[in-house]
Amino acid sequence: MSLDRSMYDLNITHAPDLMGHFGVFGGMFAAETLMGPLQELKDAFQSAWADPQFHAERMDLLEHYVGRATPLYHAKHLSNAVGGAQIYLKREDLTHTGAHKINNTIGQALLAKRMGKKRVIAETGAGQHGVATATVAAMFNMECDVYMGREDTIRQAPNVFRMKLLGANVIPVDSGSATLKDALNEALRDWVASCEHTFYIIGTVAGPHPYPLMVRQFHAVIGQEARAQMLQQTGKLPDVAVACVGGGSNAMGLLHPLRDDPVRLVAVEAAGYGLNSGQHSASLLRGKKGILHGNLTYLLEDDEGQVEGTHSISAGLDYPGVGPELAAMFDQGVLDLDSATDKEALAAFQQLTKTEGIIPALESSHALAAGMRIAATMREEQSVLINLSGRGDKDMNTVMKLLGEQV
Amino acid sequence: MSHDRLSTLFARCKTDGRAALVGYLTAGDPSVSLSEQLLLTLAEQVDVIEIGMPFSDPMADGPVIQAASERALAAGTKMDDVFELAAKVRAARADIGIVLMGYANTPYALGFDQFALKAAAAGVDGVLLVDIPAEESAICDEAFRRNHLHRIFLLSPTSSDYRIALAAKHASGFIYYVSLKGITGAEMGAVGDIDAQVKRIRKFTDLPICVGFGIKTPAQVSQVGAFADGVVVGSHFVNQIAQFHGNEMITVQALKEVATSMRSALESHSA
Repeated sequence: MSLDRSMYDLNITHAPDLMGHFGVFGGMFAAETLMGPLQELKDAFQSAWADPQFHAERMDLLEHYVGRATPLYHAKHLSNAVGGAQIYLKREDLTHTGAHKINNTIGQALLAKRMGKKRVIAETGAGQHGVATATVAAMFNMECDVYMGREDTIRQAPNVFRMKLLGANVIPVDSGSATLKDALNEALRDWVASCEHTFYIIGTVAGPHPYPLMVRQFHAVIGQEARAQMLQQTGKLPDVAVACVGGGSNAMGLLHPLRDDPVRLVAVEAAGYGLNSGQHSASLLRGKKGILHGNLTYLLEDDEGQVEGTHSISAGLDYPGVGPELAAMFDQGVLDLDSATDKEALAAFQQLTKTEGIIPALESSHALAAGMRIAATMREEQSVLINLSGRGDKDMNTVMKLLGEQV
Repeated sequence: MSHDRLSTLFARCKTDGRAALVGYLTAGDPSVSLSEQLLLTLAEQVDVIEIGMPFSDPMADGPVIQAASERALAAGTKMDDVFELAAKVRAARADIGIVLMGYANTPYALGFDQFALKAAAAGVDGVLLVDIPAEESAICDEAFRRNHLHRIFLLSPTSSDYRIALAAKHASGFIYYVSLKGITGAEMGAVGDIDAQVKRIRKFTDLPICVGFGIKTPAQVSQVGAFADGVVVGSHFVNQIAQFHGNEMITVQALKEVATSMRSALESHSA
């Protein structure tokens, strides 16, 4: 049976201006050497997006290689346990490689192929984007280097091994705080020197234009499917849609297609040890406007604009910035914010595992924690859609250390 | 007026038949007090001094200047220290050019108006922000113009004719041509290619053109100085601090020696 493609809308709505500005946010704050390559990328993306052949190839891979459409699962047991609105999970954890990240790497790798680039590079935090990049690089027979903060290579060791198996070269980054932001810096430094033959696959809806737009469009399949599936299963749209936010790729993927609907959109940030602890990754809730990695957005930084180290139990949310479109949506009041601490995320992780037999990624557990809290305040006939952006296999080391004997 | 200082000094160098020497150090590296000595030492040898504003995420810099930023921040360097260091260089040398160099988030955090006001008060002539291309100029140009600060632009081997023209339209003071596709401190590009690119840029602008990135030896300084209006040395100067910062006297002496040798390489050329 072939995929019902009518649910995938290829019209680009809520586009930024020509320079990638979403209101005051976004833009192209890039070094001169990258401005040419970024323009080239912008043109390539535009022509690819207008080309039915590009989408035919992309959708074919999303269906037969990635496993789309992913299911929408009515989590009855969890809903009963929470006691409130019905909880629906968008099962991005069931994609090939185990997280939503591959929707984007398929799209960007196809672009790289069109542009004749033989080598791809990526930054990664939790390793899911790195694995998704290494995966498509293996399939397309491209050379692949992945930059990963030294600290993350330790807490996400299984993903490092997966990338190596897939033939990628994992380069540990020791500069700065040795986490995701530093991996991004290092990938940018590589790209400045290698842009002629190298395609930089950015893993989130951040970076200079056209990345935030491009990555959003490649992930929009998540929300487009979920929207159609909600209508099919329940006859109506969800009352609330919830996603966790680090850089914001799974959040934009789920929320962008619901933006013009009467649905409350909620982004959940990582509160780490608590929003007032100074050790969290809540750039929208606690940051201020700043310029980093090619775009103007909300940043966790000190009074002098020095970017601060962040903390989250989940490496994938451990980023001091956030996609510029999310910053703009927040400022315009179309995006509600929530947060979950390490502890709350871990509790949600355990609860979903025990009630539904689904082990979520620690990133997605933040969305679950907030989603359950919200559902508990709602009526039984209402519904909450939560993006289960990835599976938790990669987090076994972290969780084992934290729970130990309690399991 | 600060506005004239850069054009005056480039004209003076031209009369002398040599390229200007542009030297870079990161402010506050390895400490605010030693940085003052080092900047004053460098200021004796160069025509333009670039004072780096330390930043947590120096995306366009190689390991040497990254480490300089880290040392400066670890030593507690604040923007007020940077302005004060610039003011001290200005007090010591009335005729050299002073350019603040760094990343957009530093002036953005302070507010461009406030930043420009303080920089101008410190005697700074121009500002080079690596990650604000001409397309994003609207965010800062007005503040810089009001305070008579030049806006220095980078051009690189990947810059198209369109981008060169665009930079030429927005730039003042001088144009900084990046000799290589890459980060600071990498290997310098081929001299013939750099020469050709400088000639290409000259078709679009009358501004002086300085060449930097990867220039580490007096021989390279002399080669590039033969056709460029200015030669920038950065990582190589910073490297003296990386090597010797355990001993203040030796660091100052080492910097003095390399700066003098670069200077002589340009002056012998003029003869």
